[in-house]
Amino acid sequence: MADNPFPLDTEGLLEAYRTMRTIREFEDRLHTNFATGEIPGFVHLYAGEEAAAAGIMMHLRPEDRIASTHRGHGHCIAKGVDPKAMMKEIYGKVGGSCAGKGGSMHIAELDVGMMGANGILGAGAPLACGAGLAAKHRGQGDVALSFVGDGASNQGTFLESLNLAAVWNLPTIFVVENNGYAESTSRHYGVAVDSYVDRAAGFGLPGITVDGTDFFAVYESAGEIIDRARNGGGPSLIECEMVRFYGHFEGDAQTYRADGEVADLRRNRDCIKTFRSKVEGAGVISADQFDQIDGEVIALIDEAVVEAKAAPEPDVAELLTDVYVSY
Amino acid sequence: MTTAVATRSLTGREAINEAIDQEMARDETVIMMGEDIVGGAGSPGEEDAWGGVLGVTKGLYGKHGDRLMDTPLSESAYIGAAIGAAACGMRPIAELMFIDFMGVCLDQIYNQAAKFRYMFGGKAETPVVIRTMVGAGLRAAAQHSQMLTPVFTHFPGLKVVCPSNAYELKGLLIESIRDNDPVIFCEHKSLYDVAAEVPEAPYSIPLGEANVVHEGNDATIVTYGAMVNTALDAAQTLAADGISTDVIDLRTLSPLDIDTVIESVEKTGRLVCVDEANPRCSIAADVSAQVSQEAFGSLKSGIRMVTAPHTPVPFSPVLEDAYIPSAGAIVDAVRATDS
Repeated sequence: MADNPFPLDTEGLLEAYRTMRTIREFEDRLHTNFATGEIPGFVHLYAGEEAAAAGIMMHLRPEDRIASTHRGHGHCIAKGVDPKAMMKEIYGKVGGSCAGKGGSMHIAELDVGMMGANGILGAGAPLACGAGLAAKHRGQGDVALSFVGDGASNQGTFLESLNLAAVWNLPTIFVVENNGYAESTSRHYGVAVDSYVDRAAGFGLPGITVDGTDFFAVYESAGEIIDRARNGGGPSLIECEMVRFYGHFEGDAQTYRADGEVADLRRNRDCIKTFRSKVEGAGVISADQFDQIDGEVIALIDEAVVEAKAAPEPDVAELLTDVYVSY
Repeated sequence: MTTAVATRSLTGREAINEAIDQEMARDETVIMMGEDIVGGAGSPGEEDAWGGVLGVTKGLYGKHGDRLMDTPLSESAYIGAAIGAAACGMRPIAELMFIDFMGVCLDQIYNQAAKFRYMFGGKAETPVVIRTMVGAGLRAAAQHSQMLTPVFTHFPGLKVVCPSNAYELKGLLIESIRDNDPVIFCEHKSLYDVAAEVPEAPYSIPLGEANVVHEGNDATIVTYGAMVNTALDAAQTLAADGISTDVIDLRTLSPLDIDTVIESVEKTGRLVCVDEANPRCSIAADVSAQVSQEAFGSLKSGIRMVTAPHTPVPFSPVLEDAYIPSAGAIVDAVRATDS
């Protein structure tokens, strides 16, 4: 094998690839299966954005918390939530991450630091401030991350949280996943400044913009700001410029996008293809090794779907449980 | 043999302060945040300048230091942060100065804190207490005087507590801090300067257990918060006329101890529901509906409600006094159940 020019060893590179491929396969399968009508409710897919979740989350440990978004499947998988439990949750079945009571927009796994996808845009930012505050009290160097899209970055909760995190010097990191669209509305229509770094500066936070389709760019920048937060250096913002391969939600005809836009993005800005060609091109990992992971990932998602479909529906008595810890 | 409990006269303000002090001393994970709860943060003058706008937390910073944090004027962020910290193992007390301000941070309360446990399949615990002032009477006008208890009672997943005096404030606040669910702790501002006998040692009053504060056989008066004292005044007036009443202090609106109310109505056959809130979808309306459904056969007459009118709270002292339900109105309502 050739010398490794990358910031991760072979094992790390394979892990990054497996994470991104698992997210992609999970989302592609949901896209296909949603169209059959077998999945209830609203589903928002993360396909195209995998490098951001993987590049950031590889720096985290289970004690670090993340507050995710409605487009949260990728964050969940990258943070270590079991894809099979997620699939059952999305099908509303027993054995789901939230016992079928949450659904796609509310998957949480507190034991691995996943504080929840969130159906309310921007709502995770204050929660991540609280997670950062709790981490500061624990004093173990843990961090908290808040994910928002370019759209939710306009919410008062998000902007207030930038200030609170700065005022309290919290180990909280704000990730703006800028995929160019707030639902159907262009980021250029909805956000007046050119750069989110300017917004961060307005609140006294350091900020950086990276190509969110470049795993290594995300990985290296995220590593720096996460280390800084772990060591008491306080909050910062990272903007990942990324692309959305599917619509806002499944069923979105996406007539607001340019002709050929998505096809072009899939051809030229697919973060997984870019990663694989770089690493394979450098001779660090072989095509066979990548192909083997592809096969394992497809088998895993096959099993996840089969098990989700076969899983029992919740007992109707579950309707009334778990409103309170104590009644 | 009875064991003497050391009590002394404390105001509502002092009782709350003592409850927080004792719980912070007992449990390191109890922290507190809010606007000016210490006071003067970053300012050139006195440290611990205020202890909250009405001085409720005065002196706690000196004992517990940075576990009490002043916040920017930024309710969505810090109420959300308290909720997030609660979901990560802390036991935060967040002070939201007036319940009227809940509108600016409501999402964090009703869509986040209230739903985590259910929405995440029973895995989450969010032991946060949001202390907030409620009620009219201080000439604070329409945006600082509301009794919004019914709004929060409507949301599954929240507990709603509204104590009636200094003794109740201490015991119910300690229980709320120790409880593992999110609690909206409603402090009627008129109780801050009213003294009662309060034990020095920590004690807790269970959530979901109403208190029969006056016993009688002819009618049942159900209420909560400062209105308990108004209802007791009415009970005295009625007693002088030979009408004896049960007065029930609900203490907590969620959970609601409807069993104690029904048991009383089965004895008296007459019910007056008193609520400082606006009447539509109020606690009074809720209790009336539940009793109608569960104990209709025991009722000898129609249920009466005594509430604020369906208006905002006015500023003019004359108008505000007319807004707040009076002992006289409660007396009239009880008499009306016998007509």
